[in-house]
Amino acid sequence: MAEVLLEIKGLEKTFPGVRALKGVQLTVNKGEVHALMGENGAGKSTLIKVLTGIYQKNGGTIRFDGKEIDCKTPIEANEVGISTIYQELNLVLFQTVYENLFLGREPRTGFGAVDRKAMIEQTDKILKDFGIHIDVTKPLKAYSTAIQQMVAIARAVSINAKLVIMDEPTSSLDKKEVQVLFGIIRKLKSRGIAVIFISHKLDEIYEICDRMTVFKDGEYVGEYDIKDIDQFRLISLMVGKDTVALERKKTGYDFADASPLVEVKNIKQGMRLHGINAVIKQGEVVGLAGLLGSGRTELAQVLFGVNMPDEGEVFWMGSSAGIHSPSDAIKKGMGFCTEDRKVEGIVPNLSVKENMTIALLPKLQKFGFVKKKEQDEIVDKYIERLKIKTPSPEQAIRNLSGGNQQKVLLARWMCMNPKLMILDEPTRGIDVGAKAEIEVLIQELSKSGISVLMISSEIAELERNCDRIIVMRDGKVIGEVIDQDIHQDKIMELIAQGSESEGMV
Amino acid sequence: MTRTKQDTIQILKKYSALVMLLVFIVLNSLFTPNFFQLGNLNNVITQICPTILCGMGMTLVISTGGIDISVGSVMALAGVMTAKYMSQIGIFPAIVLGVLASVALGCVVGFFVGVLRLQAMVITLGMMLGVRGIAQVLCNGRDIYFNTLGDAGAKLAAFGIYKIGGVIPVQIIPIVVAVAAVWILAEKMVLGRQIQAVGDNIRSSMLSGIHTAGVMMFVYGFSAFCAAFAGIFQSARVCVAAGSSLGQLAELDAIAAVVIGGTPMSGGKARVLGTVIGALIMQMITLTCVMNNIPDPYAQVFKALIIVFAVYIQREQAK
Repeated sequence: MAEVLLEIKGLEKTFPGVRALKGVQLTVNKGEVHALMGENGAGKSTLIKVLTGIYQKNGGTIRFDGKEIDCKTPIEANEVGISTIYQELNLVLFQTVYENLFLGREPRTGFGAVDRKAMIEQTDKILKDFGIHIDVTKPLKAYSTAIQQMVAIARAVSINAKLVIMDEPTSSLDKKEVQVLFGIIRKLKSRGIAVIFISHKLDEIYEICDRMTVFKDGEYVGEYDIKDIDQFRLISLMVGKDTVALERKKTGYDFADASPLVEVKNIKQGMRLHGINAVIKQGEVVGLAGLLGSGRTELAQVLFGVNMPDEGEVFWMGSSAGIHSPSDAIKKGMGFCTEDRKVEGIVPNLSVKENMTIALLPKLQKFGFVKKKEQDEIVDKYIERLKIKTPSPEQAIRNLSGGNQQKVLLARWMCMNPKLMILDEPTRGIDVGAKAEIEVLIQELSKSGISVLMISSEIAELERNCDRIIVMRDGKVIGEVIDQDIHQDKIMELIAQGSESEGMV
Repeated sequence: MTRTKQDTIQILKKYSALVMLLVFIVLNSLFTPNFFQLGNLNNVITQICPTILCGMGMTLVISTGGIDISVGSVMALAGVMTAKYMSQIGIFPAIVLGVLASVALGCVVGFFVGVLRLQAMVITLGMMLGVRGIAQVLCNGRDIYFNTLGDAGAKLAAFGIYKIGGVIPVQIIPIVVAVAAVWILAEKMVLGRQIQAVGDNIRSSMLSGIHTAGVMMFVYGFSAFCAAFAGIFQSARVCVAAGSSLGQLAELDAIAAVVIGGTPMSGGKARVLGTVIGALIMQMITLTCVMNNIPDPYAQVFKALIIVFAVYIQREQAK
């Protein structure tokens, strides 16, 4: 039996109104690579932040290396031997590699000055041990993200870390760099250092990790040996089975002969999208299924003109769309409810009225003046139709609940009479009642001839609402299911198969 | 509906500047002799003109979350250009020239801030130094006195010293026009809503189809437009266009007026009438000190306290 390094039991963390961690557990052994699995909101990041002293826990125990710990600050966590490599590296890019390695604990000469010679020598030695041969006197920004990450890891290890936490370390690395990183992780293992590894790329998990713990909605789901669990099982643990049992109501696929509204051909973009082909027909509700990082949101952003594809083309009603910005897309007749309401959706201090009509305003004017009367009519109409709960249309939108904010954002696009609505996680973070209302609304849109592209991490939700589901994995379309074939298991199977088919290509 | 404590605080916050102004007026009417004399009020109007004009542009700039510290230099540029060229090409073409040059520079700032996403503070700091330099080069380092410009000079001077009906200073016209125009823009027009939306959440605004770069270009161009007129009226009032001193520190007065008026520095809300009140408060402090024989340095310390107090009272309440 391996020696236990970290043991978390019954960990609780609540934020105002949200119970982010509901008594979760986690056990990490010495010298193992342990994956934390779960979709957004599962509680992985919260757990890490509690562990490293960024958040304070509300209950439960954390035992590390035989002692009970309760870190109040990241520095304290560092001192007991827990180091975190963040997605955004906390290094000083303009300083040299060796300065970064010794940041905050520079060796001194007899006169109290910084001993650069010793720093350079030691840095050279530490990095060579990892098989990294670089000029340590150059500023860190001269090197690639991969090297910067290695330096961050080397720094963590050189301050005697016993546990290194890597939060999505591979998100900005290419394949070769990932292998170099894995080489280093293996070296850490051989030294008895444990690694907590978070990644949304399943293939990576299966390549490098020994064990994993799965979370869902802030709850502990289970702990598994990698070799005991296949991808299908894992995916169903992460995204499967909605707690609210709602059946798929739709039957029959009426869109075989419908004309295509929008079509994307061979869309490639950076490291996120690798040649996407897809079609959305008029009046059809198309779902995009896939795990986080599969490129769903990126595809939506390309459609809406937020980002330009490196290659490939978008066709709108048969001809080249020529969309270069969101305002172009809006003119064509698209609406985009973004995933992150706070950052990309609401304009927090403006009123419900103004948030609802912000996209419509250019059409709601005479000589540059807002047509007040028509604006009020539209706003009243949608507040009533969507049952938006707000004391008045003049209320600042930030004072509304998440579900009502989402309804205002839906109304923002509905009042434009769009031809295509892109809904990215339309029910995230809102209560069950509002959720059901939004689902009804999606069906109404479809009935009135509006096409809907729906992105959701909850496959059950897609199952209930979509006429057709496109399954994505690692920036590629790996399958499509229509009508009768739409079933959670089928979709999860497709996602799981994605990695094998990739090997065959 | 019963009023909660929070509502009361909100109302106090909203009208804090107005209350402060009223307090000043009451105090002055009690303790300062001759306060309500006509000459005194006229002084307020003439002296407050550049602050209000620049403040109008600044209100919009700050409501987008930016800042424009180049307005003082732009005042100098517009004033000097108008004075320099009016004897050659006539007074109105000269004014148009000065204003157009200023607006062009403002749009350049808007391009850097809106399209290239650079820091407004840094870009306008550069403009502040550069444009001041250009203004000084244009007047060859010498102040242009209007009485050396003959007929044209006398005409331009009328922009500063004419009194409507022999009573009200001419500066009341640009003040009223600018405040009314910007208030209508901010409250009633689509562009005004878009400016404030951009200041509140630029990403959401972009995703709602607002041309954020275009909004920035307009706002900085408009700020320069206001500053240009402020410069022309100011030089007309003192009958001299001095590249080195015209509009000096005007940007700070304008920013102070906006802040005291309740427009948040983080953007998202333009309080146009608040800026007017802010400018009046600043002027009131100066006036109070002057009329009570309090040395000017004290007035400055007092202004500083008012600014800090204004920011304090308008801060977001702790959650």
